[in-house]
Amino acid sequence: MGNGVLTETGSGGDFDRRNTDWYMDKVVQALIFIGGISAIIFVAGIFVFITKEGLGFILDRFDFMEFFTSEYWYPAEEEDPEYGILAMIAGTASVTVLAMLVAIPFSLGTAIYIAEFATGKTRETLKILVELLAAIPSVVWGFIGLSIMNPLIIDVFDVPVGLNVLNAGIILGLMAAPIMTSIAEDALKAVPDRYREAAEAMGATRWQVIQKTVLPAARNGLLGAVLLGVGRAFGETMAVLMATGHSINIPGSVFDSVRALPATIAAELGETAVGSEHYQALFTLGIFLFMVTFVINLSADLIVRDTAKK
Amino acid sequence: MNTASQAVSKQPTGLAIRTGDLNLWYGTFQALFDINLDIKQGIITSMIGPSGCGKSTFLRSVNRINERLGYVRIDGSIDVFGHNIYDAGVELVQVRKQIGMVFQRPNPLPISIRDNVLFGYNLHSENRHASKADKEGIVEDALKQVLLWDKVKDRLDQRGTELSLEEQQKLCIARLLPVKPGLLLMDEPCSALDPKGTEAVEELIWELRGKYTILIVTHNMAQARRASEECIFMLMGKVVEHTATEDMFVTPQNKETADYIEGRYG
Repeated sequence: MGNGVLTETGSGGDFDRRNTDWYMDKVVQALIFIGGISAIIFVAGIFVFITKEGLGFILDRFDFMEFFTSEYWYPAEEEDPEYGILAMIAGTASVTVLAMLVAIPFSLGTAIYIAEFATGKTRETLKILVELLAAIPSVVWGFIGLSIMNPLIIDVFDVPVGLNVLNAGIILGLMAAPIMTSIAEDALKAVPDRYREAAEAMGATRWQVIQKTVLPAARNGLLGAVLLGVGRAFGETMAVLMATGHSINIPGSVFDSVRALPATIAAELGETAVGSEHYQALFTLGIFLFMVTFVINLSADLIVRDTAKK
Repeated sequence: MNTASQAVSKQPTGLAIRTGDLNLWYGTFQALFDINLDIKQGIITSMIGPSGCGKSTFLRSVNRINERLGYVRIDGSIDVFGHNIYDAGVELVQVRKQIGMVFQRPNPLPISIRDNVLFGYNLHSENRHASKADKEGIVEDALKQVLLWDKVKDRLDQRGTELSLEEQQKLCIARLLPVKPGLLLMDEPCSALDPKGTEAVEELIWELRGKYTILIVTHNMAQARRASEECIFMLMGKVVEHTATEDMFVTPQNKETADYIEGRYG
């Protein structure tokens, strides 16, 4: 091989030349990197902020026993304020449980119908409707609770107050159902069609195919959907503030008014002096809420991921 | 015509499948044209032909799994053991109980090996309270028939989907047996397997010969030759030739058959 051949085919040894494409590539990579980690930075920043604001209370005043076992929340008392969130935990928990009792049958039923029975136009229309339902602002739901459900409950059950666990549970259930439906439907769609074909070829009826094959195969995804619904119900603020009656109370029946944790923060934060004990106590509530929803959402995510791997 | 079948079959003259002017359309596309086939009971019949010739379509219409697609239209009749399975009064569940299907890609359900074997049994059993020991016996018997028992007897609670492809396919055959089907349909059962797996599954099919009537679709001519007693050659949705396997491969009657067997197209 002679020298002449080399100079004709190679570009003459300028292997270190960089053109604008190279710089463009670096710039875009950097931008995407910043965009990618910004979400993490913001979440961490928020956590640092609420921890910092609540820290004074946790260090000076916080009494674990009082905080979690006392049902008295009197942060505005001059002499001896009391910070017990037991009643609010009970309020949030009772509303969340009722919401799930409402949401699980609705969302699972809808998801099964959309994924396994509906076809063509019906299916597309239903999917869009579910997305639309998920987009209704929570204050609108609260409004429905206040102005429609409230008189309805008073009429139907003959109780003095219609703003109670039942009202908020139904409203929250309906609010959580669309997102649960979407996730549950994804889980059902992810079940390979050959499982259905196999079961059908063995003589399973449509319901047997769903009950014995599709639902067990989608179990984790469905569980994830329910957990996400729980997280949504637990953290919801505006609708529960409007529909629960907002009175601190450990509920004895579904017709008792309660108060939810997030609603307390929303209602009281504006009236406290920045940096006061009450203010810091509310931030401590926020830390608690943040941790609970974080754990719920994380487990939902891990469960769903686990299915995706299989 | 086929001494092999007479040797093993109890009713050599009985027919497992008889079709009458069977035509089938997918939407507006006609996939099968005037199929008239008599498939004998108790033997293994193979169907060969190039891709798209309608052999899988025919197989899938024999247990009516084709109907899942929704846009399939059928004209004519398919009699299985003397009953037209397309009669208005026929129950799909019963058809599929008596006519088992093995698919191209092994499709065990994502449940335990034991539950896979018992799946069909639990669907069809009249005796809803069969004892645990009975069920264990059924599982053992079915897995022994497919030569899988020794490999999996200690891990029946493992998921069926975690087995090797060859074992999965054997499991898919095993789960058909507890409901005592008369006819087994196999749609290229070895095409997803490696040569060793293919050999093992072929050996199993040969093992089942005589106990069940088997109709097997294959694109592998060596397999058809090794594993079947009668052979059907299809082309463009029509049956070209149906004869004893030996005769087809030694002295094919049609030019198309000869061309295909010698690998001139396919």
